[in-house]
Amino acid sequence: MKNMTPDDIPGEYQEHMFNYHDGTQRKVLFTNIETQLPEGRLIVSRTDLNGLITDVNPSFIEMSAYHKDELIGQPHYILRHPEMPSAAFNDLWSTVKQRSKWHGYVKNLRKDGGFYWVYATVIANIRNGAITGFTSVRRRASRTKIDESETLYQTL
Amino acid sequence: MTYNFTVSPDFNPGHISGWFIFNTWLQRAINEEIHLELYNSAHEQRKAIADDQVELIYANPYDATALVRDKGFIPVAQAGNKTDEAIIAVNQESPILNIEQLSGGTRISSTDDPDVRMMCMIMLEPAGLNKSNTITTQRDAYILIAKDLLKNDADIGFFLEETYSELSEMTRKQLRPIVRSQIHVIHHLLLVGPQLAHKKDKIQSSLLSMADDSKGAGVLKSLDFERWVAVEQEEAEFMIDLMDTLAE
Ligand SMILES: Cc1cc2nc3c(=O)[nH]c(=O)nc-3n(C[C@H](O)[C@H](O)[C@H](O)COP(=O)(O)O)c2cc1C
Repeated sequence: MKNMTPDDIPGEYQEHMFNYHDGTQRKVLFTNIETQLPEGRLIVSRTDLNGLITDVNPSFIEMSAYHKDELIGQPHYILRHPEMPSAAFNDLWSTVKQRSKWHGYVKNLRKDGGFYWVYATVIANIRNGAITGFTSVRRRASRTKIDESETLYQTL
Repeated sequence: MTYNFTVSPDFNPGHISGWFIFNTWLQRAINEEIHLELYNSAHEQRKAIADDQVELIYANPYDATALVRDKGFIPVAQAGNKTDEAIIAVNQESPILNIEQLSGGTRISSTDDPDVRMMCMIMLEPAGLNKSNTITTQRDAYILIAKDLLKNDADIGFFLEETYSELSEMTRKQLRPIVRSQIHVIHHLLLVGPQLAHKKDKIQSSLLSMADDSKGAGVLKSLDFERWVAVEQEEAEFMIDLMDTLAE
């Protein structure tokens, strides 16, 4: 995946170098600018078995600030924020692979370096007894829960 | 053999005759005897389903989940112009302007329609509200929820958007929506049960061409449907996965 470029980022930013689970690296740039998911909306995406995005809804596109064709086929870590602990995602993957539902508060990174918090649920798509992919639905989170998560994630 | 058809009981009461007209049309179209039974509550309907007394159903998304996953029902079609969205409304004079102004102890008026309840409870989460810190009064009809709001017997009311828009203008003038869901992908489904599965293709093709003849078009009008659109298994599974992520 391409590094993020300053041209896409308004104002001041910090840098972070990610080493993703698949061995690839990417430089991300992030700011303190928060975007809120409007009330009443859900962000929906689906991935294949390896976490490559196969489907996104209009709210996903809007909140991520990417174009649809920049998202489809990309690993879902395209949204990973440097302040999210990898423990959360290890837990996500081991839970859904066991066909259980995973819930958690997630801070996501936008194309413009900004962020948004969501309450996310992920499940396995089971067809004829086999896992064929995963679906995630995110909704607006309460400020109290976001504050609690922020504190917790700093300790992980 | 006579097959049994039912409609999830969250439909607008104004459409009851429309469903009977639809049933008459469908019997001619597929040349089978079908009996339409409309249950008064979600509870009665679920019992009929559990007792295998339903072979064809226009199901709300919540019921569709159990019918497809546990009872082997197959998706046939959905109404082309309808998705299920929910509205939370207050009395016009209420000081509440948005969800995050609500606090513990909020009094809710709601029907037992499970989809609407689920969507509305999710929309309350940003205010930190849930079952344990709100008080719910359950009503049998949406008009009674409007009444609760007008009399200040409830702080907020849960509505299916479609039924909200069908309240009288007088009533709507005295209410104010504070949030409307924009989910787009949750909708009712027409499903056939295993007993009637051999007729699925016939039912589907009849429905898809319904708008093309004047009789069929009239029937659609009485249901307030523009047309029927085919739904494939995977589309229904996708919606059900989504419902699963939202369920507690
Ligand atoms: C359906 C689904 C949705 C996901 N959504 C997100 C997301 O919104 N943000 C995110 O950072 N990771 C998400 N993940 C997890 C990523 O696949 C990945 O594990 C994570 O970003 C950490 O990257 P890494 O494992 O490569 O280090 C999702 C995974 C699945 C299966």
